[in-house]
Amino acid sequence: MKHQVTLNINGSEHEIFVEARKTLADAIREECGLTGTHLGCEHGVCGACTVLMDGQPVRSCLMFAVQCNGVPLRTVEGLADGDDLHPVQKAFWEHHGLQCGFCTPGFLMLATSVLEQEPDIDDEALREVLSSNLCRCTGYQNILIAVKAAAEEMRG
Amino acid sequence: MRLLGRSIPRVEDPPLITGRGRFVADITMAGELHMRIVRSPVAHARITHIDVEAALELPGVVAIWTGRDTAEIPPIDFRQEGLTDLYPYRQPILAEREVRYVGEPLAAVFARDPYAAEDAADLVFVDFDELDVVVDPRADPAPFDEDSDTEAALVNVSYGDVEAAFAAAHRRVTVEVSVGRHTGVPMETRGALAVREHHGRIVMYGAAKVPHYNRQAIALMLGLGIDDVVLREGHVGGGFGVRGELYPEDVLVCLAALRLNAPVKWIEDRKEHLVATNHSRDQVHVIEAAVDADGFITAVRDEFWLDQGAYVRSHAATVPNLTAAMLPGPYVIPAYECRGHIRLTNKTPAGTYRAPGRYEGTFARERLLDAVAAELGEDPIVTRRRNLIAHEDMPFARPIRALGTEMEYDSGDYPSILEKTLAYVDDKGLCAELDERRASEEWVGLGFAFFVEKSGLGPYEGARIDVDDDGGIRVVTGAASMGQGVETAIAQVCGDVLDVSVDGIRVVHGQTDEIDYGLGAFASRVTVMTGTATQMAARALLVKAREAAAHLLEADPADIGMVAGNLEVVGAPERRVSLAEVARSLDPSGAKRTGMVPTLSAEAWFTTEHMTYPYGVHAALVRVDEWTGGVEILRYVVAYDIGKAVNPMLVRGQIVGGAAQGLGGALLEEFVYSDDGQPLATSFMDYLLPTVTEMPPVDVLLLEDAPTPLNPMGVKGAGEGGTTAFGAAVAAAIDDALDAPGAVTRLPVSPERLRKVICNIQRSPREKGER
Ligand code: FES
Ligand code: FES
Repeated sequence: MKHQVTLNINGSEHEIFVEARKTLADAIREECGLTGTHLGCEHGVCGACTVLMDGQPVRSCLMFAVQCNGVPLRTVEGLADGDDLHPVQKAFWEHHGLQCGFCTPGFLMLATSVLEQEPDIDDEALREVLSSNLCRCTGYQNILIAVKAAAEEMRG
Repeated sequence: MRLLGRSIPRVEDPPLITGRGRFVADITMAGELHMRIVRSPVAHARITHIDVEAALELPGVVAIWTGRDTAEIPPIDFRQEGLTDLYPYRQPILAEREVRYVGEPLAAVFARDPYAAEDAADLVFVDFDELDVVVDPRADPAPFDEDSDTEAALVNVSYGDVEAAFAAAHRRVTVEVSVGRHTGVPMETRGALAVREHHGRIVMYGAAKVPHYNRQAIALMLGLGIDDVVLREGHVGGGFGVRGELYPEDVLVCLAALRLNAPVKWIEDRKEHLVATNHSRDQVHVIEAAVDADGFITAVRDEFWLDQGAYVRSHAATVPNLTAAMLPGPYVIPAYECRGHIRLTNKTPAGTYRAPGRYEGTFARERLLDAVAAELGEDPIVTRRRNLIAHEDMPFARPIRALGTEMEYDSGDYPSILEKTLAYVDDKGLCAELDERRASEEWVGLGFAFFVEKSGLGPYEGARIDVDDDGGIRVVTGAASMGQGVETAIAQVCGDVLDVSVDGIRVVHGQTDEIDYGLGAFASRVTVMTGTATQMAARALLVKAREAAAHLLEADPADIGMVAGNLEVVGAPERRVSLAEVARSLDPSGAKRTGMVPTLSAEAWFTTEHMTYPYGVHAALVRVDEWTGGVEILRYVVAYDIGKAVNPMLVRGQIVGGAAQGLGGALLEEFVYSDDGQPLATSFMDYLLPTVTEMPPVDVLLLEDAPTPLNPMGVKGAGEGGTTAFGAAVAAAIDDALDAPGAVTRLPVSPERLRKVICNIQRSPREKGER
């Protein structure tokens, strides 16, 4: 049986019709065509699928689309404002915070949410937060540098 | 514009940071079918019956194939030709009579929806007669089939008079060490989408690493012409040796697109990945040194066993061959003998993973050097200094063949990098931190390991550069990109010659219909091979552009230079034309007027018979927790001489990323199997990848002291050296922390294993305050 759900992603509404078991990640990718959100494990460990739900990072592979009816969601596609990159995006580019880029959307969303909520977060707490996502290419060093640089820029 | 050697930001990043990447799972085609593989739940069994009736009845299911439906398709071949001895061990695309590991494909379900395909796969019932399971690669060889046994091959490498050296030895030192089963595990799982296009061509998206070879292999397996198959590489979420090899699923999607006449898509899930994609490492070495009265190592003898898993895959014997060839590393070792057993077991088949054979061999050799030092009662650095190949002896030939090439270390100054590393480690405060922590009675240690890498495998690679009528530059290569920054590096090489910024240069890779030949991306070869070909093509293009510009400017080509994307008469910059104008002047009619060949384009092929050998030193500062056996890496240093860095920022990125993978293999990652061949690490809950918390700060000492004479830029490949010596350095550091030389014999060093070692030592290190 399928259910009618309205996903509100980056300010746009998507009316979709899905089975109850359809994950939020699959719905975002397949039903809404936003493929920037990636799937690295589908069981809540890698964080590649991180999106923001009401500003909080969630693993979209662990949520069902039907749980998100009408809730404001943000994905990597909504970070930049037209051609203006978000400070976190800019910092990842400048500081070589990505190689293959597969984990990147998840890290960008995670970093965005933490910096919006705790712009003054200290290094140790930041490491702790970032340890919830996996990257296989960078060894994390430049991701840390990039997020710190973005924090500085966002603090102004 | 000088672009070589500059740390410019990458041209590939904008789509990747904005969610506009195109990984294979992101591609959707109208009418596509989804493939789901039914995998063996048992390690070794005869298939007695497969029942697909219930599965076929599910709505949306279009077809289900078992091994009988694909029996006419030959097994997957090796990239190297002529290895007939290994033929019996090749993997079929679907098992027909017998399954040999948990995870082996035995049926393929095709459905209109991925969820339906997965439901149907659960309804495929298979009856088995279970057979004996082999999990220990050192057990006596057992039958594999009627004609062959589980020792697939014995790799033999030797030179010098080993017997005599051991007979005359002052001392003999032997260690037995092993490296666990772990592998690349890119964050993107594998995937493929095949579609039949006009003229009946099969186009497969999701290719990586070696698209040209795989195109040919797929064509051969399916009975098609080479030109009937096109492979396309989009964004690839990490390769590390495992991604992009030819696997059963790639062939199945192409076959299905042909037979079912619809686009067919397959996206691996993570659980599948951990049992289906190549494993690697997993070697046991018994290695022995003959040492003379001066402490010089006169010979090394090594015997190793490699747990190949259930089949020999596309790499054939590459890993054991490299292990044997590269094991002597930076030391003179006048006589050497190595015997490597490739043993089949009932586990996921193994292939290459970043620094294949070198991570293992470096661990074995450096553990041996540490053991020799302990035997001689001296600092391990002293033992290394005494045995390193001297700078004067470069180039240094070893009578060994590696990947079909004569082994000759092309350039290097090993003693100097060792001293530089020691100074750097001190400078970065590792020694001070060691002393401080020791003073407060922490169990800390500092360890070093030397390594020699190989890169730039030939025999050829090419590049074609085309300039459009509006001045846009396109570099078409046969390279592949797994996210390592190929586009930026190649654009830098091209832009450096043509004096244009990288923004105007588009680099094409991984498209088999764009260029006839390409060997792809492995063995740290892209910057060396494709980079050199690009430089040659750019220079040829420049010659042609100057000649055409000379006609336009009515000047002598010799007087024309390229400045900021324009061609101008030297000394008279007002007399200039843009690259676009030059390109337009070479349209067919323009070219006819000047008697030139139409189009502003050039092509070049770089060939080489030798590899280049970068080298370096790793240093680790670790702390051991006495009570838990946990190891924390506090600081890490990689010193690496790669001849010339095209983009130092990217090189450092490769090194640090490689170090993280070295760390995983040293402390965390292991595919454990039960005695009946059940894999116990099938999710990220039990196969542990390093997170940011386990990563120490890594300081990179990037050196360009020894450019290679083998290519004009002097570059050596940089992709693997961050990984190579990690296990060896951490082991030495743990030994040092425990003040117990030889304590670490096996990777990964799990808390459980280390706790046992600590209990056996039964005292705290440096109890009596020595050192
Ligand atoms: S895909 Fe959701 S956490 Fe890995
Ligand atoms: S950049 Fe490749 S996984 Fe993070």
